[in-house]
Amino acid sequence: MSKFLMTSIGRKFLMSITGLFLVMFIGVHLTINLLLIVDNSGELFNQGAEFMATNPLIKIMEPILGLGFMIHIFWSFFLEYKNWKARPVKYAAKNMGASSSWASRNMLVLGALVLVFLVMHIIDFFWVIKFNPHTMPKTAEGLEDTYTLVASLFKESIVYGLFYILGGVLLGIHLSHGFWSAFQTLGLNNKNWLKRLQFVGKLYAIVIAVGFSIIPLYFMLGLYK
Amino acid sequence: MADKILKKLNIKVWRQNRASEKGKFENYTIENISTGSSFLEMMDILNNELIEKGIDPIAFDHDCREGICGTCSLYINGRPHGPDTEVTTCQLHMRKFKAGETITIEPWRARAFPVIKDLIVDRSAFDKILQAGGFVSVNTGGVPDANTIPVAYDDAEEAMDAAACIGCGACVAACKNSSAMLFVSAKVSHLAKLPQGRVEAKSRARNMIAKMDELGFGGCTNTGACEAECPKSISIVNIARLNREYLVARMSE
Repeated sequence: MSKFLMTSIGRKFLMSITGLFLVMFIGVHLTINLLLIVDNSGELFNQGAEFMATNPLIKIMEPILGLGFMIHIFWSFFLEYKNWKARPVKYAAKNMGASSSWASRNMLVLGALVLVFLVMHIIDFFWVIKFNPHTMPKTAEGLEDTYTLVASLFKESIVYGLFYILGGVLLGIHLSHGFWSAFQTLGLNNKNWLKRLQFVGKLYAIVIAVGFSIIPLYFMLGLYK
Repeated sequence: MADKILKKLNIKVWRQNRASEKGKFENYTIENISTGSSFLEMMDILNNELIEKGIDPIAFDHDCREGICGTCSLYINGRPHGPDTEVTTCQLHMRKFKAGETITIEPWRARAFPVIKDLIVDRSAFDKILQAGGFVSVNTGGVPDANTIPVAYDDAEEAMDAAACIGCGACVAACKNSSAMLFVSAKVSHLAKLPQGRVEAKSRARNMIAKMDELGFGGCTNTGACEAECPKSISIVNIARLNREYLVARMSE
């Protein structure tokens, strides 16, 4: 098995499996987050957060998700290093844009930028919710008020809002290539499905980018009032 | 209609005496080139002038000059086979260039394709990949009757499309990872789609990928540059098939 993972296709296999896993996660994440703008009282979002924190299935999935992130991130550097080494002398004149999309050639750059966002994002929310719950705002009933934690961050600073919009857009661009690419690597593609997968991938990328952008925008524009 | 004449062109070309020596770019100018001449004819004219000046002519690969042998190469202005689609360098014409333009000519760049001299690279890595599994083992003897093994029309078409690969190496040159996946996938696909090729399908995918990795080609990141630059427009759908063939072969070990 370890031998398989070291082959060129094996390396990509691991990236696509973890990638698709993260694709599913991000869909669930966005669905819950959209409750932020559905219900201005924050009750629905707090229920969602409560569910994610207590549901046994989610609890099992949490460390697996962490592992998925780790593998996808660290493996990408190894994979790109191997690919980079395959061309010791670089071209003097390049016109790569004539034959491929910018996103497809810069998945590592996009991924690294999303990683910077991810670290900030974990410090902002996950760390507080998971390890410092006593610092969290409380509801009238004395329960943890995740809604206020999130909403106040976007209300108080325009920089945070823009940072989160940028994070969503970068992730969308990453997915515009990553989604269909994962299926291609797993061999789940043929001449009929190529265009369909690319279309669904772009659509999913737009949904993710727009979905995660409208949440900070909603608060920045004061639409919650 | 008479072809236009390009009054002057600047040619920036990679010169390298041998694999062990360091190479560098040299600049030459060439005048009065007909837009009707092919790129390689322009190179011939330039070489004639260089010889007259007592300069070593530029070495480049060429053979049939009708786009079917896969011998010519050249990375021209940042693209394998130059600024045209679905053609090899020998089928590229000077009408694709403007007078006064600087044309940068480089050899294919890949660890697995070392430079032999100037613009000629050693592409025997492709032969080694083929020798690892790009064949069907059959007992020799009389020619079998036609249609004794039925092949569906669509399968035959797809196999023929994959078999159109001329092994020029433009896919490797175009790929940011110097990956040979389009070449290997074409060679695996044209056999995998036919019943004669199914017998050894698993060992073929395994052995050809193992050889490809061993020779130092990079991995595929599905940028699609190979398909766009391929003179025969081999589809990246073949790469999906190769991935599938390989994964199935490894899982059934």
